[in-house]
This record gives sequence, C-alpha cells and structure tokens, in this order.
Amino acid sequence: MSIMGPPSASGRFGEYGGRFVPESLIPACFELEAVFNEAWGDPEFVGEYRRILTEYGGRPTPVTELRRFSQKLGIRVFLKREDLAHTGSHKINNVIGQALLTRRMGKTRLIAETGAGQHGVATATAAALLGLECVVYMGEVDVARQALNVFRMKLLGASVISVVSGSRTLKDAINEAMREWVASVDSTHYCIGSVMGPHPYPYMVREFQRIVGDEALVQSKEILGGKVPDYVVACVGGGSNAAGTFAGFVDTTAKLVGVEPEGGAAINRGIPGVVHGMRSNLLQDDVGQVLEAHSISAGLDYPGVGPEHSYLASIGRATYVTANDDEVLNALQVLSKLEGIIPALEPAHAIAYVIREAGKEIPLGSTALVTMSGRGDKDAESVAQLLGDDV
Amino acid sequence: MSRESLGRLELALTDKKVSGRKLLVPYVCGGFGDWVETIYAIIEAGADAVEVGIPFSDPIMDGPTIQEAAQKALEAGATPSQILSEVRRANFSVPIAVMTYYNIIHHAGHERFAKELEQCGVAGAIIPDLQLDEATDWIRVSGENGIENVLLAAPSTPPERLKRLADNSRGFVYGVGRMGVTGERASLADSASEIARRLKECTEKPVLVGVGVSDAGQAALVSRVSDGVIVGSALVRRLLQGGGPQAAHDFVGELRRGLDDG
Repeated sequence: MSIMGPPSASGRFGEYGGRFVPESLIPACFELEAVFNEAWGDPEFVGEYRRILTEYGGRPTPVTELRRFSQKLGIRVFLKREDLAHTGSHKINNVIGQALLTRRMGKTRLIAETGAGQHGVATATAAALLGLECVVYMGEVDVARQALNVFRMKLLGASVISVVSGSRTLKDAINEAMREWVASVDSTHYCIGSVMGPHPYPYMVREFQRIVGDEALVQSKEILGGKVPDYVVACVGGGSNAAGTFAGFVDTTAKLVGVEPEGGAAINRGIPGVVHGMRSNLLQDDVGQVLEAHSISAGLDYPGVGPEHSYLASIGRATYVTANDDEVLNALQVLSKLEGIIPALEPAHAIAYVIREAGKEIPLGSTALVTMSGRGDKDAESVAQLLGDDV
Repeated sequence: MSRESLGRLELALTDKKVSGRKLLVPYVCGGFGDWVETIYAIIEAGADAVEVGIPFSDPIMDGPTIQEAAQKALEAGATPSQILSEVRRANFSVPIAVMTYYNIIHHAGHERFAKELEQCGVAGAIIPDLQLDEATDWIRVSGENGIENVLLAAPSTPPERLKRLADNSRGFVYGVGRMGVTGERASLADSASEIARRLKECTEKPVLVGVGVSDAGQAALVSRVSDGVIVGSALVRRLLQGGGPQAAHDFVGELRRGLDDG
C-alpha cells in the first residue's frame, strides 16, 4: 500500500482534507467522486486521457541533466521538463482529465479559478479541445499582472471574469468560482486547478498529476543506472506539481522536499484551518480570518495548501522549506544563463532551494530531481520590472 | 421530541408556530454599522428570532451584499468575541442564532466556542460550510453546551439525506430557497416552496426558508408552505444604503404584515 494511496471514505489524508462546502454542492461532490473512481478504473477512459496527453500534450516530457549548473553546485541536478508540455506547464495533465470527466458526467460547461493564469489557459485549452464552454475567474490584481494570459484565454474562446471581492487575488477567485458553482452545478463542472478543495478534488488532481512522478521515476532510474535520485524537489503553492511528482517517488528512498514561497508558506507558517472545502494548513490571524499570501509569483500566492501535503509533513515523509523573493530572482537568472532554460517564477523557488542548500543540507555529490513545473515566458515582463529593465 | 428536551430556539419558534404565526428571522451582520440598535428595532417590528452574522474573510455562501457588509465590519475591526460580548450586554428579548463560517469555530475550538456562545446568551448556530457529514462533533459539543446547531437543506439534497439532515438539525431546519448564494432576486424561485414542501413532509421541526427571499410578497408566498422565512440581503442592502435602525424597522414591519396577512 502506497503512502500516497486513496484517502479515507470521508476524504481524509490523516487529519487533513474532508468536505467543507455548502450543502447545495454535496450531491455534486458525491457524483464527481463516483464518476472519477469509475473512470480511473476504466481502461478506455485512462487510454483516452493518456492518448491526448501524448498526441496533443507532448508527453512524456523529458528529464534533462543540468551539466553546467551541476558542475557549479557540486551536485547532479536533473529537471523534469513540464515546461515543455502543451500550454507551458504541468497544468494540462489535470485539465485534460477533468474535461474528460465533465463530458462523462454529461455536463457542458467548465469553470475555473486562476492566479498566474496558467491553469486558466490550460482549462480554456481543454475546453476548446473538447468543445465545452469555459469561464475563468481571476482576481482583478492578477488580471493586471498577467495580461498576456488573459488574452490567451480569450483567444481560446473562454470568458474571463475579473473578481473584485476581497483581496482580488487567487483566494477570492476561488471563492467566486465556488459561488458560481453553487448556482450552476447542474450543467457545470468546477475544474479546480490544484490538489485542494473538497473531496475528491485533492485526490483526483493528484492522480491526474501523478503522470509527472511516474514518468520521472522511470526516466531517472534509466539515467542513474537503476537508482533513484537522493532528493526530489518541487515548488508548492496549492501543491499540484509537487503532489504529482511525490506520488512517483513516495515509496522509494528519495528525500521529498516541497519549497514554499516565504510570503505564502502555509505549512511552515500556518496552522490547521478550514477554507475552500478542506481542512489543511492555512495562514490565518488570531481569530481565524484567512490572511493574504504575498510573493513575486502569482501562482504560489495562496494562503492554504493541499491537505495531502499537510499530511506528508505531519508524518515526516516530505520536508517543506521556504525560498524568498531575492533567492528566486537569482535562481531564475542563474538557470537561464547556465542552461538556457528560463523557468517560471514558481519552479524557480525549487531551483533557489537547490542553489542555497547544495553542499549544506544537500551533501556534495548528491543527485537531485527538480520539477520544472512551467516555463518563464509569462513572467518575463514582471521579472524585467523587478530587475529594473524596460521591456 | 418532548417539549422538555427542546432547546430555547426551537421552543420559542414552535410556540409561535403552534399559535398560527408565520416565523420571521432577519439577518443582521454583526460589527457592521449600528447593528445592536438595528436588532432592537427589528425585534420591535416583529422578528421572532435574529440571525447575527460573525463576519469571515471568505464567505463562500454569500453574495455581494452580505460580502460587502462583512468586509466593512472586518475593516472596522470586528472580532467574534467583541460581537458576542455585545450580544451578551444587549440581552435581546428573542433568541439569537449566530451565522458564521466553520474556520472561526475550528480556530477557537469546538468546546471553547460553544461555551462562549452559551455564556453570551446565544441560542443557535448556523454554519453554511459545515454540512451534516462533517458536523458530528460540533453538533454534540454545541448541544452539550445548550447551543442548537441549525443545518441547511438544499434543493439538490436527495430524499434520504434530507430526512437525516432534518433529524440532526436543532432549533429549526433551514431550507435553502434556491441553488445559489445569498442575495435578492426579482421573483421567488419554484425551488423555495419545493424545499419547504419536502422538509415539511419529513420533519415536525419548524421549517424556515432563506436565500433569495427578498420582499413581503415573496415571504408570504413561500410561507404558505414553510413555517416562515429568513431574510438577509434585502435588509442588509437597506443598511448599506445608509438606512439605519429606522429603515430596518420599517422593512421588517412590512415583512411582518406580509406574513400576518398571508
């Protein structure tokens, strides 16, 4: 039995998870759970999911050894290249799965939240591919800082709704998408972008993302002559690329490390709480109001974290650390110059941890696999601004 | 259930129901504006109980009107303890049920929060994101402390679950009038009378319908089937527009007359 197996009947990983949503949504959660379990055991469904990810999504994505970067750090570093998947990030794995489920449930419309815009673009892409209507909720602040992705979603035929409630970022986009889902649940599937939300989402999204870790395990064993990497590292906001990556390695000897942004570190600085349908670690004030997260990467600006990460932290199977904005900007430049790979700001957190700890926490001579969850094009403008460059 | 085992909220509502009166439970957002005076005013205008909101940062069951009031209350520094201590001081003459989201309770701890409610004279609790399957421990702990936890039933709730939900609700059963979040609507949804009918078939407890009940006509219409209504956004909008306790008194008076005249 894997440490990352199915959750309990109530949707719990240890004490985390569950189903904390309004009664109106409960039948939809039950239906989704039943349909997902059935589909995931149906060779025809799994075959179509894999076929689309291969023919259309560009899978399997390669594992790249970073030779110059490794030489500089004194450890061997490999990247799992989700930046090379269609739409430029790992998000495509999840949305293809959920869009196929939407069709299987007889629903015709997808709604989604997005922070950086990557999940919104991926959902709009899957909707276009399968002929579904798509509406994406995005905080007004993020609409302004990710204008290019807003335009991409519109090109793909999606409507983008600018959310002006609360802090006008990802957390409020989720609130608004949930409110809309309550009103339209008969025809609409809420395509949640990370391993969060009410059961079965954290489990289902991890299963749709485990293709990242399953591929990477085989690929890294090939490269390392049958061995697994000493370290497996991924960035964590909600935690979908980390959950998918960890799922492949959790039953091996690899040390699993999740890297949170310093300003949105739910596991490192939060305590258990309940928001967006789940019980998990959460940044909150002294009476339980949810705090806003702050980091340079919109995709990690989330005050909570997927419940399975809280569980993996609680049993000590994965370690969660933080990286600050300066370390991240530095990592992005180092990787770009030494390897010709411009990472998105999100996985630059994982790179930053490796740079900081090589020869310290990570002993010289170790091997480390880092999930490159997305490419950096979307961040070029904001990075230029932060570096004082005009674009 | 015998009369002796009923809680304060259910007893008060049942007595009025038995006397032939349709029940009116308005919602007021704690910490927003002149909320304590507003509650006195709406009790005088005929409220049978009052739902007092404890604002939460991420209210996923609320539409724009109640979101705005909650955000203003939070910006003004409202906290759960401060709202509850004002409820205690005010000593209202009808039962008070607090409406909040589960993280506020989770953060305080079930035992501590239930005791605080009890000490402040609160009779009931309504927590829209704590559905039946997750509510077992809170129902027990709140019950042991004399707090009646009201469960919400939705148009989408299947029959077997509806019965279990009604059996486990205390105080009254909250029928959600439409698939959606709180807010005013031009007309009453068919689902409002339908959820009332389904609930009345499976419980003797008072059945109140809220979410999308916006004026006296709609309140009277759904109360032909239900035992009464909960009205939130329509009242809160009047307060957001600057109407003070007097405007609240006038509006709740209208609702009262609508219900009394059928």
